[in-house]
Amino acid sequence: MTGVSKTLEIRTSPHILSGYSVGSIMFNVVLALVPVALFAVYAFGLAALLTLTVAVASCVMTEHWTSKRSSGRSTVGDWSVTITGLLYGLTLPPSLPLWMTALGGVICVVLGKVVFGGLGQNPFNPALVGRATLQAAFPVSMTSWLDGFGAGRFESLPSSTLAFPFTKPLYDAVSGATPLALWKFEHVATGTQNLVMGMTSGSVGETSGLLILIGGSYLITRNMMNWRIPAAVLGAAFALSATLHFLNPEEYASPALMLFSGGLMLGATFMASDMVGSPMTNLGCWIYGAFIGLTAIVIRTWGAMPEGVMYAILLGNAISPQIDRVIQPRVYGTRPKETTA
Amino acid sequence: MRLLGFKTFRHGIHPPENKDETRGMPIRQFPFAPMLIIPLVQHLGKPSVAVVREGQEIVRGQTIARPDGFMSVAMHAPASGVVEKIGLSPSISGQMVSAVFLKPFPGSTQEILDGEPCPLETATPDEILSAIQAAGVVGLGGAAFPTHVKLKIPEGKSADVLIINGAECEPFLTTDHRVMLEQRDDIYTGIRYLLKATGAKRCIIGVEQNKPDAIAHLREGLPSDLPAEVEGLTVKYPQGAEKMLITALLGCEVPSGGLPLDANALCVNVATTAEIGRLLPHGRGIQERVITITGPAVQKKGNYRIPIGTPLRFLLEYVGVSPDVNRVFLGGPMMGAAAPSLDLSITKGTSGVTAFTDAAAEQTHSQAYPCIRCGYCVDACPIFLNPAELGVLAKNEEHERMVNERHLMDCFECGSCSYVCPSHIPLVQMFRVAKAAVRKARASA
Repeated sequence: MTGVSKTLEIRTSPHILSGYSVGSIMFNVVLALVPVALFAVYAFGLAALLTLTVAVASCVMTEHWTSKRSSGRSTVGDWSVTITGLLYGLTLPPSLPLWMTALGGVICVVLGKVVFGGLGQNPFNPALVGRATLQAAFPVSMTSWLDGFGAGRFESLPSSTLAFPFTKPLYDAVSGATPLALWKFEHVATGTQNLVMGMTSGSVGETSGLLILIGGSYLITRNMMNWRIPAAVLGAAFALSATLHFLNPEEYASPALMLFSGGLMLGATFMASDMVGSPMTNLGCWIYGAFIGLTAIVIRTWGAMPEGVMYAILLGNAISPQIDRVIQPRVYGTRPKETTA
Repeated sequence: MRLLGFKTFRHGIHPPENKDETRGMPIRQFPFAPMLIIPLVQHLGKPSVAVVREGQEIVRGQTIARPDGFMSVAMHAPASGVVEKIGLSPSISGQMVSAVFLKPFPGSTQEILDGEPCPLETATPDEILSAIQAAGVVGLGGAAFPTHVKLKIPEGKSADVLIINGAECEPFLTTDHRVMLEQRDDIYTGIRYLLKATGAKRCIIGVEQNKPDAIAHLREGLPSDLPAEVEGLTVKYPQGAEKMLITALLGCEVPSGGLPLDANALCVNVATTAEIGRLLPHGRGIQERVITITGPAVQKKGNYRIPIGTPLRFLLEYVGVSPDVNRVFLGGPMMGAAAPSLDLSITKGTSGVTAFTDAAAEQTHSQAYPCIRCGYCVDACPIFLNPAELGVLAKNEEHERMVNERHLMDCFECGSCSYVCPSHIPLVQMFRVAKAAVRKARASA
């Protein structure tokens, strides 16, 4: 009986854990994003591959370096910064000069995450912080699009991609307009089938609504995403755009165009649902999601820009703590008014 | 509320049950250890007072300690033998407690001494309560709260419904399951005593539906004159918590800070009920109990009727443990307490012994990540607290805010929050510390 004389470990209960960890959740989000990224490379070729690589590498390296400096221990192993890098890369135009991509990646991590205290502390989605900064700094480059499935996309790069830092990038003559820009500025509606399958122009990873939904469904079945958030975002966006379209089909885009174009699908599924920036209660998630969906459509419809998902999510992140402040579960055995928030 | 035909509560978690290995094993008698160490405090309340002296020869079943006041119960000799000494023994809390060291006679027939029976037909409610106290009955589900205290209904309150708790939601444990299969008549006799003692008009036996044989067996033998029913419950932890059980079966909530009586209900564990039904007709006391001994490190897993006071070391040597055992819990892995040493003994509140090995300990609380606000804990907490927010407050030791704004004192420490936390934050552990600090502050104020 050698075992019985062994030193025992003691802790207080519970002594078992569910097996989920931050790392496993984040890794599965990365997995869910892989098909989206692969499709992006297929659609936009080398430009997308380089954009994604540089985006992920700049985010990961920045996090590695800053966390090593601040705590002596690199935190890239929890996979969260890989998500940031991937999402950030997927929201960029494929022809964006790579030096801008790298700069934005550093901004994502430093201004989006590190300054607030790292994982779990960031009020805003870090990927969108980086993207928003680029949008403000380089408005032309951030709205110059490449047509998908261009011939020779695996052999050559757009001339802008390798533009030298701080020079004015040259854009190829043929630059594709996104479905939203087509609608907003020319009132041309893109076919629904092309939208769903991703046969359009747009940011690196926002074009294939179908693959995004598949990735999201995977996370939902593993309980790694609160399904209420994408449901609320898409539901609210659909409700508002359908109402407008019904009232005036000439003026307002169809709900199908609204749902499957631009960053709405990617944003609703992978960015609005980011655990850190969203409310903790299910009711809160419904409110938060609906707010984002409505805001995105409002910006798209009446704002100056064709796309509004990024700002809608950032605004949603901003009100999320306020939602949590007001919406709390009613504690068992109390009446609603007794529960203080 | 009902879910797929079975009653349940909202939230909760689904840890792996791990009951398959022992659920089919009949209760076996555990042998007497060469020395039984019977702590004089095995229950919540005041320690019992020993009524035997060192060197005295005692008979199995004889009273060895009397209750010290109302919040205390009697103790009985688990074996015929001689009192070696009355001295200090380690307890699960880490404190040394007074205990009777009883050396069983090796050749004794171990006949059990009967006492004065408590006749079901003629006894008054108060007589039944006294008999339960004299029999040393405490909550055998693990809380070890003196049962007669719980059954004593204060002036102005009433219990309409008696709920018999056969949920056994704790992973690994199968004692209540076996008791329901093997002691059906004891359970029904016990229910008769309890109904008479409390004045409750009806009785519901709640059993999680992962024990369909127990549900069927109980329903089959239900006496027609007994106002009782057997209800299947969804398998979910912590279904066996009193508040969850009441919500599942009666559809109402126990008010915050209140007792089940405030919902006109009273919950008694099914093993406790069976013991009452088994002991009272003979005037006997609790000198043994049913436990499950299981876990990856245990070789002879099973359900045993074990003498109170059996040392943990003897128990593990008898069932055999693998050499790499490194964690032993009294109870199951969700609610059980980790044994700090093997010199503890089995008490009335021990519902099981689970032992784990190094290999099974891969899920360690090694590294805590920051909270990522995933909301898993909010979705798990059966009483709808916000463990994440409580955790932030606990870290900053803002105990008053935890109590006043976040209902800390409603937490009954089921541990669901810690179980689901992907950041491995020791939430319930922090809440225990905070609750202890609050109680201390209140006591000194």
